[in-house]
Amino acid sequence: MRISPVEAVEADEGVEPVEAIGSDPAAERAAARPGALLSAAGLGKRYGPTTALAGADLWVMPGELVAVMGPSGSGKSTLLHCLAGIIRPDTGTVTYRGQELSDLSDRSLSALRRTDFGFLFQFGQLVPELSCLDNVALPLRLNGLRRRAAEARAREWLERLEVEDAAGQRPGEISGGQGQRVAVARALVTGPRVVFADEPTGALDSLNGERVLQLLRAAVEETGAAVVLVTHEARVAAYTDREVVVRDGRTGAPGAGR
Amino acid sequence: MSLGHTILGLLESHPRHGYDLKRAYDEQFGRTRSLAYGQVYSTLSRLLKSGLVEVEGVEPGDGPERKRYAITEAGVTDVAGWLARPESPEPYLQNTLYTKVVLALLTGRRPYEVLDVQRAEHLRQMRELTRRKAAGDLADQLICDHALFHLEADLRWLELTAARLDELGREVRPA
Repeated sequence: MRISPVEAVEADEGVEPVEAIGSDPAAERAAARPGALLSAAGLGKRYGPTTALAGADLWVMPGELVAVMGPSGSGKSTLLHCLAGIIRPDTGTVTYRGQELSDLSDRSLSALRRTDFGFLFQFGQLVPELSCLDNVALPLRLNGLRRRAAEARAREWLERLEVEDAAGQRPGEISGGQGQRVAVARALVTGPRVVFADEPTGALDSLNGERVLQLLRAAVEETGAAVVLVTHEARVAAYTDREVVVRDGRTGAPGAGR
Repeated sequence: MSLGHTILGLLESHPRHGYDLKRAYDEQFGRTRSLAYGQVYSTLSRLLKSGLVEVEGVEPGDGPERKRYAITEAGVTDVAGWLARPESPEPYLQNTLYTKVVLALLTGRRPYEVLDVQRAEHLRQMRELTRRKAAGDLADQLICDHALFHLEADLRWLELTAARLDELGREVRPA
């Protein structure tokens, strides 16, 4: 009987097909969580023969930072996308401020994402042709704000994230750490109630990653935004208030009964 | 951490009384737990016997006489050797956790629960350290970082074990 030394920590496990989703008391608890800003209950999602989610529950209180943890292929990014209304789950419900997202049209969902949600991804995903200032101003312009007002607010956010010097530069001309701070500014500039972050520091070294997390945490503490943060790194999760673990598409204690 | 070597190192910077040694130790290393006087004097007595420190002078005071301790040449050599030697990596929690997981498997309990409970506890400690870091000076940050990296290493082991529970179950409970 042996335990190998640490190896292949990043091994992609792939998701095993699982049984159909039944009634789940945990889902009912999640749905009934009083005061939750955002909640998901009994989420299921399949991609062809593969089950990505098989009964995931989660709630987020206003201003709360929640880490979604789990191994590669466990379904955590799919859960994030369902919560953010980017993809629709096959089963289960996502409720935001008392409104079920499944009741909204694509158009209304899109509007909700622009006004109430902010997004932060691993590689920033800034528009390479635009300056950093224009990148941050972009969501405001899409929401109909005039250029001058949008730029003024974008500049304020670049200052808060300590990257005001990058305003006139394009994303390709700045470092990864600076780029991710610009991406944080862009995620927060519209004053979202929820920020969805998918491995936001995955491409950064420890020191830069830490600074981005410190700035993100400080900014949302000031604005009152909630954060749902997908990560497989414990040091990143330590910046949040609470963690939810996803394994084989399920949240909670998935080893039950094994 | 070797208290004897730490005290020798403090004496190498300059000779001190027992009280000064305690104060210097607490200032540099006693952030989480200060040093008891008893430990200082018992360690000094041991170092005296080994010839690594000597009494440089005795001063009269209000109470008992105050001895001034200085490091000897042998003491300096000993500190240099200690500083140059790498520390053996300790097994930390793995032995206990491994035993718990195997016992859970053997007794038909839920091994994921052992790991989940431990993950939650590790993360609780990591959150506390992260908060301390945010409020602390550079020394605090570096000390907290060291603890954070160790806790993270434990967690990586935990996740790897969780990913291999089925395999482990087959090994410890052959059909």
